[in-house]
Amino acid sequence: MTTQAEQKIHQAETNKTIFGFWVYIMTDCVLFATLFATYAVLHNNTFGGPGARELFSMPFVLAETLILLTSSFTIGLAVLAARQKRLALVYSWLAVTFILGAAFLGLELHEFSNLVSEGHSWRASAFLSAFFTLVGTHGLHITSGLIWMTVLIAQIFRKGFTGSTLKRLALFSLFWHFLDIVWVFIFTVVYLLGASA
Amino acid sequence: MTTNSHGSVSSYAVGFMLSLIFTFAPYFMVTQHIGQGWVLGSALAIFAVSQVLVQLVFFLHLGREKRPRWHSLAFGFMTVVVVIVVFGSLWIMNNLNYHTMSGPTVDQYIQDEEAIKPYAR
Repeated sequence: MTTQAEQKIHQAETNKTIFGFWVYIMTDCVLFATLFATYAVLHNNTFGGPGARELFSMPFVLAETLILLTSSFTIGLAVLAARQKRLALVYSWLAVTFILGAAFLGLELHEFSNLVSEGHSWRASAFLSAFFTLVGTHGLHITSGLIWMTVLIAQIFRKGFTGSTLKRLALFSLFWHFLDIVWVFIFTVVYLLGASA
Repeated sequence: MTTNSHGSVSSYAVGFMLSLIFTFAPYFMVTQHIGQGWVLGSALAIFAVSQVLVQLVFFLHLGREKRPRWHSLAFGFMTVVVVIVVFGSLWIMNNLNYHTMSGPTVDQYIQDEEAIKPYAR
């Protein structure tokens, strides 16, 4: 078999894997849609407690949003650097993306612990249950993204740029962009509409 | 998808700048109290949809794959499911709330929403 034919087969395999992962992301979107629907139905049921307008700090949320947007940009740059086989650049962009993701998660946990310590935990009302479930599920995805990124950096470090590490980087970038898109909806539906209601 | 069309640093940078614009614009509308009611609501919706389109086109390269477009097809089907789940839930629950109103809630509703004044006694 010629190497060209081998390459073609390999490319077809990679495309299949990426499509499979894409289908997973689409089903994850449906999961988030059900949580958004729950939140939309329950967001006024505050059980006499404060609503979104009183609870959330907008500058804080803007900071979270900007951090996540920037990390979505930097993972794109990491993929581009990987295509050009520039190893040092890939490490740097992955590290930047990791730090931004960790900063986002830190801010989110800070927000959660503030809410809980002020008595606005998920047990306080249906609105807060829906809020913590929706935003918490996104946070869990970010957490698994951070773990995945650590593993990915270790794999590139051990194996270098093989077909499989490049493929995993491409899959990870899809996942990370997707989390950014979900956050756009959380930013709009939970925070912006909440503050303007 | 990513294997077929890659984009470049400049296209990512353009996408990033556009996504910043679509973040700051609705943020300032809300914090500076520009517009209200359904005007503000639809402006926020338009900004969110533009934001998502920017990310899909510039970061995920959707729609630039070779035929047959399986990625776009899966995406389209997902969108249909999401719209049915979200708007269906809201519709059903609104209807339920309407039909299960009781006592003082009904009085309040017909005064506020249907502008029917109670009898003066």
